[in-house]
Amino acid sequence: MDFDLSDEQKMLAEQARGLLAERTPYDNLRKLIDAGAEWDEPLWRELAEMGFLGANIPEAFGGLGMGELDLGVIQQELGRVNAAVPFFSSIVLAADAIRLAGSEAQKDEWLPKLASGEVIACFASAEGPGPLLGQGASLDGGKLTGTKQPVADAGVANLAVVQVGDGLALVRLDQAGVTRTRLDSFDQLRPHYRIDFDGAGAEAMPGRGLLPLLLDRAAVQAAFEAVGASEACLEMGLAYVKERQMFGRSLSSYQAIKHKLSDMAVANEVAKSNAYFAGWAAEASPDDLPAAASAARLSAIRAFEMAARENLQVHGGIGYTFEANCHFYYRRERLLAVNLGNRGYWADRLLDALPGAQGKAA
Amino acid sequence: MDFTDTPAEAAFRAEARAWLASHAPAHELPAGIKIPDTEEADRGRAWMRELFDGGWAGLTFPKALGGRGLSGIEAVIFAEEESRYHLPKGPFTSIGTGMALPVIAKHGTDEQRARFIEATLKGDVTWCQLFSEPAAGSDLAALRTKAVRADDGSGDWIVNGQKVWSSWAHLTDWGILVVRTDPTVPKHKGLTFFVVDMKTPGIETRPIRQISGMSEFNETFLTDVRIPDANRIGAEGEGWACCMTVLMGERLGSGAHRSGVEPLVDYAAATPDGRGATMLDDRSIRLQLAEALADERGLNHFQARLRTMVSKGENPGALAGMVKLGYAGRQQRVLGLGMELRGLDALAADPADTFTPDLQYDYIYSTVMRIAGGADEVLRNQIAERVLGMPGEVRMDKDVPFEQLK
Repeated sequence: MDFDLSDEQKMLAEQARGLLAERTPYDNLRKLIDAGAEWDEPLWRELAEMGFLGANIPEAFGGLGMGELDLGVIQQELGRVNAAVPFFSSIVLAADAIRLAGSEAQKDEWLPKLASGEVIACFASAEGPGPLLGQGASLDGGKLTGTKQPVADAGVANLAVVQVGDGLALVRLDQAGVTRTRLDSFDQLRPHYRIDFDGAGAEAMPGRGLLPLLLDRAAVQAAFEAVGASEACLEMGLAYVKERQMFGRSLSSYQAIKHKLSDMAVANEVAKSNAYFAGWAAEASPDDLPAAASAARLSAIRAFEMAARENLQVHGGIGYTFEANCHFYYRRERLLAVNLGNRGYWADRLLDALPGAQGKAA
Repeated sequence: MDFTDTPAEAAFRAEARAWLASHAPAHELPAGIKIPDTEEADRGRAWMRELFDGGWAGLTFPKALGGRGLSGIEAVIFAEEESRYHLPKGPFTSIGTGMALPVIAKHGTDEQRARFIEATLKGDVTWCQLFSEPAAGSDLAALRTKAVRADDGSGDWIVNGQKVWSSWAHLTDWGILVVRTDPTVPKHKGLTFFVVDMKTPGIETRPIRQISGMSEFNETFLTDVRIPDANRIGAEGEGWACCMTVLMGERLGSGAHRSGVEPLVDYAAATPDGRGATMLDDRSIRLQLAEALADERGLNHFQARLRTMVSKGENPGALAGMVKLGYAGRQQRVLGLGMELRGLDALAADPADTFTPDLQYDYIYSTVMRIAGGADEVLRNQIAERVLGMPGEVRMDKDVPFEQLK
């Protein structure tokens, strides 16, 4: 038993953190928002050069062939700096979907390009208000019809992995029959789109019924991202209250503030510990994955929710200004809270994964 | 990261499991029946003796001192296997092994080690803790029980005062005791640590009538209690350092806990919702149970991370307080939820129902977990100060001689 990251994983985290700290100062995020930018393209190129995009893509398909924990370590660092890159869409969801459900030819065609960053993919599932997996799109004779929205990162993507029923299809976005419309997006650093497919050429992936597994694996990675972001919120709040003077003493000396930040720290450690276990389960213990991913998801969102809200709270009025840095996380938190299904889905998944749960509840 | 046993760990687990299978069943407590506390304590001693004879006592205790000198991981494996059985373990055994032994090992003399360690591991000597006082709980160093040297030149100490919350003091053989020996210095500096034979004249224990209806805690009155100087642990004035050693043992823990949440999932599934399904189909209940399960799992994994730190020679320090803080709060919330999902029946169940009375008792007892061994608020302060580096609380009494405090 060893409940810690390996030395290599710690080095990977340090390397990612070093690069990201240098390339993604908060002023840069403000510039991207002011410019209405789709993404931080130079950062994406650098992540590609470092090999991070191919971290968990098998070597046979041009990746580094590392594991889910390694990918998690990178996700944690991307979350820490609120990076404006389509990593979650293209690598965590789309590439993984192709790996799980794609044919050998589809993997050969797309995985190397996704690993190199030459192709960017988005993941299209929802169809307006309601469930994560929409049921209106149809694929008939290689033609896709329907509307998917909102879809993150569709503006910079060349390829879409589209959920159709309980299956998945690959659709090139630069073709007639595909119309992309940018939507006013809550997370200003992750533009969302409406995509209308009007008989667009699409290729079904042979693997079916793999969506729950794909979502479990993505939930683990989202948990790592949330953990990194929660840690950043705690660090930011802590730095602020230590500096701020109030009624003649440091704001950090008030017990109300100390206790709030302690609770954030505990929630972060709980979330991180669940993420570690789930990362290990995704790699090495498939039977444990549904429960582990659900627990990681629930506790990571709980931690991030508290961290994003209370970080802004301890900043007081300054936290409500664009010049402060709390709002990036306050928005990103809601994105992570809804982007893989709500709490109810994951609560059900966790309870249903308990031994003997079948037959206990509908 | 690897959550599976190494070959050596698997072999250790198999050995533990086989030994437990042949020795533990005879010691199991009957399910759902409360036995008298004297009997429970006797059974506790017998199980300790069995562990000792089988070579399973003091697993992480140094070999030179009579333990097995194993790693924390092996202790966890044994605790996991042991927790499959309903064994007589409790404060009457754990105060000795988890508190008295570490302090005697670290601060005691060779003679004291020889006298107490093996006897405690065997269950021949059981212990209670005489720390808290009516006016000194979270602020333990404010304690007033005092010891002065006897005026007969014997070197003995004469102790007067009152202790409280001393678990099982009425049934244990010895107590670990901290008292004030010098009121002329600031409060943390004037304390001295002793072990005391609970049969010494002048010690009177009175059970406290608790809100649970039970009385495992006591008030202990000490009136002219004579303690030989040979029973002093550490130097005069070193009492606070000894207390810190004890409290570290209290926080880190080594046990594997059975899930506190999963039985409530079963309980919900066994409770009709009035619409043809069960309370496990109720959205609100499902959400709350799942959040509690996620929290429980995360905290267990966190505890495992701390054990890995310890096994690599790192000191988790105040991080250990997070485990208890998280556990105690969740227990109270989830047990309260258990009663709520049951409905009116949670208040007065059919006599055939053995689960509901336990749930009621545990809900009452969950208040203790949030107070004892570092109250929630104290732990939050410690985490803020020692983990996050936030300023300490203002301490008006820090440099003032104890006798000058109001």
